[in-house]
Amino acid sequence: MSAQPLLVVDDLRVSFATPDGVVKAVDGVSFTLERGRTLGIVGESGSGKSVTASTIMGLTNSATASIQGSIRLGGNEIRGASDEDVRRMRGRDMAMVFQDPMSALNPYYTVGRQIAEAYKVHHPTAKKAELREVALSMMQKVGIPNPIGRADEYPHQFSGGMRQRIVIAIALVNNPSLLIADEPTTALDVTVQAQILELMKSIQDEFGSAIILITHDLGVIAEVADDVAVMYAGRMVERASAVDLFETPAHPYTWGLMGAVRSLDGSGRGSLRTIPGSPPSLIAVPSGCPFHPRCQFADRVGERCSSERPSLHGVGGTSSLSACHLPSETVVELLRSGVSA
Amino acid sequence: MLAFAVRRLMFAGVLLLVVSLFTFLLFSLLPTDPAALTCGKACTPERIEANRERLGYDKPVPEQYWLFLKGIFAGRTYGEGEAEFSCPAPSLGYSFSEKDCVTSLIAKTFPVTASIAIGAFVLWMFIGLGLGSIAALKRGRWPDRLATGFSVLGVSLPTFYIGLLILFTFVIWLRLLPFPSYVSPFEDFGRWFTSLILPWFTLAMLSSATYTRLTRNGMLEVMNEDFVRLGVAKGLPRRTVLRRYVLRGAMIPIVTVAGLDLAALLGGAVITESVFTLPGMGRLAIRAVTDSDLPVLVGTTLVSAVLIVVANAVVDILYASLDPRVRVK
Repeated sequence: MSAQPLLVVDDLRVSFATPDGVVKAVDGVSFTLERGRTLGIVGESGSGKSVTASTIMGLTNSATASIQGSIRLGGNEIRGASDEDVRRMRGRDMAMVFQDPMSALNPYYTVGRQIAEAYKVHHPTAKKAELREVALSMMQKVGIPNPIGRADEYPHQFSGGMRQRIVIAIALVNNPSLLIADEPTTALDVTVQAQILELMKSIQDEFGSAIILITHDLGVIAEVADDVAVMYAGRMVERASAVDLFETPAHPYTWGLMGAVRSLDGSGRGSLRTIPGSPPSLIAVPSGCPFHPRCQFADRVGERCSSERPSLHGVGGTSSLSACHLPSETVVELLRSGVSA
Repeated sequence: MLAFAVRRLMFAGVLLLVVSLFTFLLFSLLPTDPAALTCGKACTPERIEANRERLGYDKPVPEQYWLFLKGIFAGRTYGEGEAEFSCPAPSLGYSFSEKDCVTSLIAKTFPVTASIAIGAFVLWMFIGLGLGSIAALKRGRWPDRLATGFSVLGVSLPTFYIGLLILFTFVIWLRLLPFPSYVSPFEDFGRWFTSLILPWFTLAMLSSATYTRLTRNGMLEVMNEDFVRLGVAKGLPRRTVLRRYVLRGAMIPIVTVAGLDLAALLGGAVITESVFTLPGMGRLAIRAVTDSDLPVLVGTTLVSAVLIVVANAVVDILYASLDPRVRVK
């Protein structure tokens, strides 16, 4: 039991039929996640990060989306399970923290009631006093001062950071084994961001949950992730431990992402590098490697980039997997030598 | 919450005073001579002057207003001796053309209007909320199309047209129902009910179309909110999410509009009352306009204003109890 990973996602494909064509939001994503680990998923807007997350939670509307592949949580297949079974797992085995705490809480009920409600769904016999106790202790755990006084207040009476703490309290109230955080700090002030990340780390230590952290912010990844998956156009283009990813980014896209971050160590070369072009439309994804129209190395490989889809393969000397036709050693070497500048 | 309600009601009181002043002033500025309208063909200058004195129209306007206000609380006595007559409190004046106190005219017609309005209100809320919810839940599928189609139809058909159409269909052609004539529900509940079904449907048709759209759009809007997704992510059953999250959010604008709609209707369902010849307050007001019956006009205007102001206050208080964000100052 303990040997098998907590979460196994295998060849997940999610597409939406729209009047303009089929949008392939997620196209063959596979990964595993162990208990107590944090997986960061990075990528630009529209790279399929959020759809991956909401599909794992069973929140992707199966009436409008076509979902294929397998998602196993603790050995149970989520895909193909009945709606009722997935509902029972939601909030109990897997929970989610949303991007914008200003709109994630129900404005019509007190925060204490909302935390208690999340507990009561999965503990139907819980009495009023117990629910109150649970809500107060969760508020305490996520660092809300004076829980007794504040449990009866409404969301609009809290600041953004405090609301995100409450959303986290709601997510953790049933001690789920998997926590999915979709851009949990994007809508917050920088100082509050640090506090929330700190809180998530300490909570992981206490509850032992596995975390999927979705973000476009590499700084956040560096802060908390053990492993990183880089997504582009609905596909995973690189998968590595956080250390290896920052030491030796193996995929040209990852390198591009890192170049677009301002560093504070003073070695900055003046202006930020950007990745030329824009993310592809998910209706007409470029053939072969989806990144090839924007890739600076595409001409070194030639036609293969536009004709054949690269699969993930190991990068020598690291834990990394990268989906690039150019031998990854060559990419690393080229990038190191500063070709990109 | 209580403090909010008290504050809101006090404000409503002040507002009513202002409304009464303006209504009264407006009608005393009209070029019609109210005394000349009291006797019609039988008028002689002497009679006009006598009536003017009896009704207090000879006094300066501020004093007239004062007497009018006083009458509301203390009742009012006109003339003296043999010709003396009085309208007990709350008196809104005396109508010569109806030979009756305005208050008792309104008291006779208001139950008719209230029966029409409240019945129609209940009906359209049921239809509107029901169809709207179904449409929102089955978005894009045939129940949605049907409900949306119905609401377009309902909004486009004028009340007098629908009224005549169903009157013709059910009363004259199919002979399923008697021709509507008002009976007090305390006298004969069955006849009250059967004679009001058609007016109810006539009014409900238009409004339920509006409320179908309001409900559908409100629910769809709220369904896209993050907090609804969080409710689902908690593992709440669909029904619970719909009730506590979606409907709760969608109800708030509906309550606001519904309160005001009901109040406006209670002030007189003019067209429906006319089509079905029901002796309601709307018809009373229309008659007062055509006959230049100023006391009745002032009285019905004021009653409608009271209804609107009270409905506004009730809606505000309801709103605050539904949405905690409104409560804080």
